[in-house]
Amino acid sequence: MSAQARTPNSFFPHKHLLGIEGLSADEIERLLDLSNRYADMATDDASARSLLRGRTVMNVFFEASTRTQTSFELAAKRLGADVTNMSVSTSSIKKGETLLDTAMTLNAMRPDVMVVRHGDSGAINLLSQKVDGAVINAGDGRHEHPTQALLDALTIRRRLGRLQGLIVAICGDILHSRVARSNIHLLTKMGARVRVIAPTTLLPSAIDRMGVEVFTDMRKGLRDVDIVMMLRLQLERMQGAYVPSVREYFHFFGLDYEKLAVAKPNALIMHPGPMNRGVEIDSEVADDINRSVIREQVEMGVAVRMACLDALTRSLVGNNR
Amino acid sequence: MTGNPKATKQPTPPLLLLGARIVDPASNHDETGSVLVQDGRIAAVGPKVGRADAPSGTEIVDCAGRVLIPGLIDMRVQLREPGDEHQETIATGSLAAAAGGVTSMVCLPNTNPIIDDVSGVEYIARRARETRRAKIYCYGAITQGLEGKDLVEMGMLAEFGALGFTDALNAVADVQVMRRALSYARNFDLLVVQHPEEARLAAGGAMNNGELATRIGLPGIPACAEVMMIERDLHLVRMSGARYHVAHVSTAASVEAIRRAKQEGLRVTCDTAPPYFSLNENEIGDYRTFAKLSPPLRGESDRRAIAAAVAEGIIDCIASDHAPHDVESKRVPFVQAAAGIVGLETLLPVSLELYHKGSVSLLHLLKCLTSRPAEILGLPQGRIAKGAPADLVLLDLDRPHRIDVASFRSKSKNSPYDGRPVQGVVLRTIVDGRQVFAAEGVA
Repeated sequence: MSAQARTPNSFFPHKHLLGIEGLSADEIERLLDLSNRYADMATDDASARSLLRGRTVMNVFFEASTRTQTSFELAAKRLGADVTNMSVSTSSIKKGETLLDTAMTLNAMRPDVMVVRHGDSGAINLLSQKVDGAVINAGDGRHEHPTQALLDALTIRRRLGRLQGLIVAICGDILHSRVARSNIHLLTKMGARVRVIAPTTLLPSAIDRMGVEVFTDMRKGLRDVDIVMMLRLQLERMQGAYVPSVREYFHFFGLDYEKLAVAKPNALIMHPGPMNRGVEIDSEVADDINRSVIREQVEMGVAVRMACLDALTRSLVGNNR
Repeated sequence: MTGNPKATKQPTPPLLLLGARIVDPASNHDETGSVLVQDGRIAAVGPKVGRADAPSGTEIVDCAGRVLIPGLIDMRVQLREPGDEHQETIATGSLAAAAGGVTSMVCLPNTNPIIDDVSGVEYIARRARETRRAKIYCYGAITQGLEGKDLVEMGMLAEFGALGFTDALNAVADVQVMRRALSYARNFDLLVVQHPEEARLAAGGAMNNGELATRIGLPGIPACAEVMMIERDLHLVRMSGARYHVAHVSTAASVEAIRRAKQEGLRVTCDTAPPYFSLNENEIGDYRTFAKLSPPLRGESDRRAIAAAVAEGIIDCIASDHAPHDVESKRVPFVQAAAGIVGLETLLPVSLELYHKGSVSLLHLLKCLTSRPAEILGLPQGRIAKGAPADLVLLDLDRPHRIDVASFRSKSKNSPYDGRPVQGVVLRTIVDGRQVFAAEGVA
């Protein structure tokens, strides 16, 4: 049984999942429906356990990420796949091997699916052109992180029943964020209104051309929103480079109850993790059991990744689904 | 003394190019006639020249009305020799030049070792003599090691044939160093060529700043990084009175700054390269590294402004900015990829698009490729006139073809133009009266 052989897959007619940008609203809807079924399924569900039996899923992380890698690993194992984890940042790259050499070496081991994270935008598009199996983008540079956007959407849908018509504010380091880009694509495609709120140094140029409203003041941008998505601000960016200090950043852009007061009374709070408490988000807000859905996002992550693995492997020959 | 490869003493028989459409921008003539070449120089030219003027033993080429132009003078190439011969050599670069109709070229000093002393200039001159195809000249570095600190021996390098001075792909960032470089160059009336980019503003950038960069998540280089460096330098040019040349102009704002400087009477010239009037940033699409250049491909309005500035004459010259890179330098994630494309074999056909689309006259376009760079560099060639070096190109001006990267003579194939339909084929290339290239099927 070869990874190359494929049959048409009407459920998800793409070989790879490289980003949200190339997906239609229907395809996103189907992925979310499937994710929802996995979210409701017991973790030891026997029918799921046999789905990817004999398949190999390879996690290839050129950039370290314990959380995402573990989430993908669990998702694959719950579907019965064999999983290997490669932390490439610590091995071959240091020895001077190029990305494509690494890709070709791993490809020769014939994985059915490669889950890849890389620090450079577009690196996974490049890699996907050279391998036979399906590729899932687990985050590339500041470009896309499609499974994060899907798990965010699933979390919202399960809480509020819809995406259409909601007002979603994405706040913080938009400039460097692949999570923001994937979420903007997904949410605008599904009919939500998206706002981005950030200091101007952390806003990419012409971001309004991606169909979002731009704010630089949390008290204005958060007005009447249904969802507040906070982004992580990396430490090296807040000591004078993009913002003058943590203190100033938290004062103007950190999410606390005072700024949140202008949002809808039941507005949900999200964060892709890992959080910097006291930098972009106040600890109390992060732990507010009525509003914070941050732990739920992590839970939905596994379900969404199961759905993506399921969808992409349906076209592999030898499946009798 | 020049780095000009004087042909080693091998007698070349006289050559009569009979019945051509002679297009000579230097004299602004476009007329049917013939050219007689003797001892590497043009002995006679005009409608009255014919077989009767040819001494016995003359080789006669019937041009059948095809277009005869001065050989192209490409004022900005990288030939990677010495140092990176796996990407290009003076020999392969010369083959590519000859096939592209380029009979003279000036290479940048960013070789290994860097051309910042007399021996570097002499090395290029000697290799060019041995190669005997296109004429090869070089620029010297402005600063030792291209480090932007200490000036090179400009006067001596010029005596040994350096045609000008540039820190190649680096802008001279330190304004005091640039001030002294321009001031010192003024002593000997030397040309100083700047890669115009405010380096700190461009740092880390991989493409033009804007919507596309945001969308595909690549760090952007603001277009104003170019004009900022030009405007800074123009103050120093005004102060020093030096001859200043801006390489590969790519933005509308730069064109306006240069226009004002020219109106003011400053001794400022500039060039652009074909990508900046024929392509825009959308060429990058799905992270195509062949569309990664320095300066980066800009937006459509800048592309149009560059095409218009060529037509208007604000941009003096078109240079290939030939930058060979091996496959491994381009088959990597976009931010890591080397910038630049090979250009010697696409310089003429892509430039001719401006003529075929009707935006410039043939004479004007060829001026940018021949007589104008000759003037700026102080070279005697680049014109079809009695006594001038017989560097000539016979052209089928209208013949359509598709650019085929696989057929390039250059060692490197990094070009975004593969498959592009163009018009204009080089039939023969002649350097100092010797044929150095003939297209397939041409005797």
